[in-house]
Amino acid sequence: MAYTQFVLVCAGTACDSCHSRAIYERLVEGVRAHGLADRVQVVRTGCFGFCAQGPVVKVLPDESFYVKVQPTDADEIVAEHLVKGRPVRRLLYSGPAPAAAVTEIPFYQKQLRIVLRNCGLIDPENVHEYIARDGYAALARVLTEMTPEDVIEELRRSGLRGRGGAGYPTWKKWSFTKVVEADVKYVICNADEGDPGAYMDRSTLEGDPHSILEAMAIAGYAVGAHQGYIYVRAEYPLAIHRLDIAIRQARELGLLGRDILGRGFDFDIDIRLGAGAFVCGEETALIASIEGKRGMPVPRPPYPAVRGLWGRPTVINNVETLANVPVIILKGGDWFASIGTETSKGTKVFALTGKVNNSGLIEVPMGITLREIIFDIGGGIQGGKRFKAVQTGGPSGGLIPEQFLDTPIDYESLAKLGSIMGSGGMIVMDEDDCIVDVNKFYLEFTVDESCGKCAPCRIGGRTMYNLLTKIAEGRGTVADIEQIQTVATAMQKASLCGLGQTAPNPVLSGLRYFGDEYRVHVKERRCPAGRCRALITYTILPDKCIGCTLCARRCPVNCISGERRKPHVIDLTRCIKCGECFQACKFGAVQRS
Amino acid sequence: MGKITLEELRELRERARAELARRGADASGGDIIVGMGTCGLAAGARETMSTLVEELNRRGLSNVRVRPTGCMGLCHSEPTVEVRIPGMPAVIYGKVTPEVAQRIVEEHVLGHKLLDDHVYDRPAPDLMSPPARPGK
Repeated sequence: MAYTQFVLVCAGTACDSCHSRAIYERLVEGVRAHGLADRVQVVRTGCFGFCAQGPVVKVLPDESFYVKVQPTDADEIVAEHLVKGRPVRRLLYSGPAPAAAVTEIPFYQKQLRIVLRNCGLIDPENVHEYIARDGYAALARVLTEMTPEDVIEELRRSGLRGRGGAGYPTWKKWSFTKVVEADVKYVICNADEGDPGAYMDRSTLEGDPHSILEAMAIAGYAVGAHQGYIYVRAEYPLAIHRLDIAIRQARELGLLGRDILGRGFDFDIDIRLGAGAFVCGEETALIASIEGKRGMPVPRPPYPAVRGLWGRPTVINNVETLANVPVIILKGGDWFASIGTETSKGTKVFALTGKVNNSGLIEVPMGITLREIIFDIGGGIQGGKRFKAVQTGGPSGGLIPEQFLDTPIDYESLAKLGSIMGSGGMIVMDEDDCIVDVNKFYLEFTVDESCGKCAPCRIGGRTMYNLLTKIAEGRGTVADIEQIQTVATAMQKASLCGLGQTAPNPVLSGLRYFGDEYRVHVKERRCPAGRCRALITYTILPDKCIGCTLCARRCPVNCISGERRKPHVIDLTRCIKCGECFQACKFGAVQRS
Repeated sequence: MGKITLEELRELRERARAELARRGADASGGDIIVGMGTCGLAAGARETMSTLVEELNRRGLSNVRVRPTGCMGLCHSEPTVEVRIPGMPAVIYGKVTPEVAQRIVEEHVLGHKLLDDHVYDRPAPDLMSPPARPGK
């Protein structure tokens, strides 16, 4: 006899610590006692990511979702739900409605996949699978039923804003490009995703390349362009490979090229590879790079919409922005605008990484809170540690501390907190992370990636980095902190492009929310999180050390000595402060100070 | 294939949709879909995929198809694999090493049982199904 029902019991770390094992055992026992063992299977699962509501139990195929289940509830689930087919109402999740009043979201699911609608479902190298899921239906509708003005109007109603960072309304970009008189115009897809920890665009290109091609053709129709370029970094070989295949397939079917679908519209797309410079994500630098010049920004205006690639009007949109377009055409701008907040519509894809249990690629409606992302979807902080801050927007964003976790996120609220939406990197930090150290890490990246064209970014970034290094090494003063503030503000105001304008964000938000931590570094010459190596020393407490030799065996530079069963000693002159001994000691005998 | 017209695109969509729908129906032995984004590949999805193919061949299960897809979003549990076979709910498995892949064929595909400790929740509902208004 085959199983017809499956009871899934979450056995993730958080649920496991709340007796999910006992629930599992009682369910198994109950199923057997009621003679259901040959048609109901009880299964332990990986983390369902709803940890604050755990332990979680889900019944398939009817998808009942039980939360905060106690071992004593197991019998009722078996007797009522499995035997009589009546779900146990009091245990069904009935929490706050999702941020978006969209009927498509089952009440317990926090995510909504518009951009990623096909990612993880279709074979990206098979155009038929894309077509089966309404692929190129939006392009067909645009070419047959809509004028370019209609397309732009639909986008205006949708409220779609650029997902690359700045959040400029997409319809305006298209509209500005459309109204310029020119014989040749271009559409560019900015796939130069470069911030550490971000991989939203890569995943979209790898998982659903045709959606970008379709959107670019729609953009071409709306603005009067016949040629598109996808600017993608060479470090994304799989994305490039799949784009290549997709472009070839679309051309073979006549969905790119001359006279698309017999409607007299010509549009083709080529790929341009970037060499991996972060600054080339800035639109004017990107355009320079396609033109074969060195990737450096130029002052705006004129904006690319007026004078872009080879001096022609150019629409330039990021991957995620474009991926929304076909759905907006098919489901309507009003549908899209029903999701999200007053000023920010639709969803946002984030690459959730750092000290969170369930790192991953997530897509959530605008207006969801950081707490829901980190603790419900992300499953909370690894190892039960304390949350300290989350950095949104990668190296251009800012740190957001715990007291703002309940802020509904959109472009404006993040800016108010001193961060940005950015492209969507989201890095979670816990109590073991030092803010000075983290700030230094990101600044090192932006200093390295600065193109050097304008002085505020080139000199300001380096000056700030040197000051941060001084503080991290215990040589800092209160005056240094003040100088960082001055330089950062100048950089924000005077830098030529977004790279320099946003590079100080992490540091400024660090000073704003974690100023005390900075001051401890300069006044007490101490790093509370124990990350700044120059400020910490490891010593062994003789009265706690039992001489097990574990630390000595772990030490990579062999600087711990001592006889077996006698207290050990660290040779501080040779210690590299890696912390291995501190991690290894089971008796709390290694002290970090 | 030559350039298609609107009418042909519509026909192609209907055919492709029927093809997708047939999956997991009794007519076929089902589908096993492997997440092959960079995250999956870095975690060993290629080995997982070849193990699945070998294992199905070895057992003569030629009617079960193994297909690649992009990132399912569960990067913390790569490689990820979705199994859709007739008579079973579609489930996503995470941390599918070659050993787990063998067990999936043996226990899930043949035994019609779910594997312990590897099932993960689908992160979001499918927006495109039932299909958005069919394109014209």
